[in-house]
Amino acid sequence: MSDLPALPGRLAEVVEEFASTPREMRLELLLEYSEKVPPLPESLAGDRTQLERVVECQTPFFVAVDVDSDDTVHIHFDAPPEAPTVRGFAGILVEGLDGVSVKELLETPLDISSRLGLGELVSPMRLSGMSGIMRRMKRLATEAASKN
Amino acid sequence: MPATSVELDTAPKLQGYAHPERLVTTEWLAAHLDDPRIVIAESDEDVLLYDTGHIPGAVKLDWHADLNDPLVRDYVDGKRFAEVMASRGISRDTTVVLYGDNNNWWSAYAFWVLSLFGHPDVRLVDGGRAKWAAEGRDLVKDRVERPRADYPVVERNDTVLRAFRDDVLRHIEKSGKLIDVRSPGEFEGTLLHMPEYPQEGALRGGHIPTAVSKPWKNAANDDATFKTADELRAIYVNELGLAVSDNVIAYCRIGERSSHTWFVLTHLLGFENVRNYDGSWVEWGNAVRVPIERPGAN
Repeated sequence: MSDLPALPGRLAEVVEEFASTPREMRLELLLEYSEKVPPLPESLAGDRTQLERVVECQTPFFVAVDVDSDDTVHIHFDAPPEAPTVRGFAGILVEGLDGVSVKELLETPLDISSRLGLGELVSPMRLSGMSGIMRRMKRLATEAASKN
Repeated sequence: MPATSVELDTAPKLQGYAHPERLVTTEWLAAHLDDPRIVIAESDEDVLLYDTGHIPGAVKLDWHADLNDPLVRDYVDGKRFAEVMASRGISRDTTVVLYGDNNNWWSAYAFWVLSLFGHPDVRLVDGGRAKWAAEGRDLVKDRVERPRADYPVVERNDTVLRAFRDDVLRHIEKSGKLIDVRSPGEFEGTLLHMPEYPQEGALRGGHIPTAVSKPWKNAANDDATFKTADELRAIYVNELGLAVSDNVIAYCRIGERSSHTWFVLTHLLGFENVRNYDGSWVEWGNAVRVPIERPGAN
């Protein structure tokens, strides 16, 4: 792990949590994270045009990012309950990256999914959706920050 | 006909199909949940979906972790398959009832893999998980532990239901029928991967020469059930010009969507000689010097 780029604090802990969980328990952990995705705030639930669809994910999956005046990133996801895997990825990203600075988000590597130890459990094609989400989050954060 | 004694579903819709014994309705399944001769298995695209709630008593069969060889791009061998089956409480004379998400896409794939091993009695739930859930039937989170069964080591037979790249090349030379079940953009070569799966890509776009295009989902209704036999005949026989006696190879991108079409042609319409080319476009579109057709490019 030492030669990989560092992750922001809480995300590093989540990745470590996965890495230290026995293989057979990791899907259960991902399922727990799928239940941690908060519902959309009313402002977004009422106006879905502010959400962007992540086309890399096979199910309808939407993301919005806003940035406070103090440069703090807030992430919002919307994914259907019948897509728990992608919801699990969303839960990991909310837990790990909500509240970081824009700079920290932009410096976060795209390959988080490969560090979670899910490779043998979730097919690699499905894991690629997660880097699609990351790419969008970075762009949306950059756009939101430029408007502040 | 299936080798076991589990009664067939006599629902009228199913009787129109060539092999009604290969399907059950959700009503039939609801009445057979406790039948010890049956093991219900859920096979989904989303590997976590089963764990969010499944049909009571159903075991999970994961296409990726259970049915694919972990190293080589191939299916598990007879020994490993026997272990997977035994661990799910399935013996050779068990009636396996498969269901899944996304119009039974992955459960049809599991059905095809079980067929490579010649498991005698496999049935698919018409409408799959979506219909069961839409009808408000129980989905439970219980951990299902079925008593371990004995399953013999049976070697996979790849000669009847499966086609490899060289088989496809010979098939084209002999003017065999090919059906491409990918999306229109993939067939026409404007997309190098399925719209939402960027990593399952290919270096070249287009389709295998002479293939006809019919996206797999055409066989399903909005409620995930299969279209009726007459509706399916209108598509595959009348429109595409395929005949029940034709030698047909179906393909898609990695062989999963085409398993669905394989099921439709073989079990619903009674085609006798349909193979699935599981190498599909991820192999063909990356292979050196195989012929490709692309509108406007040939």
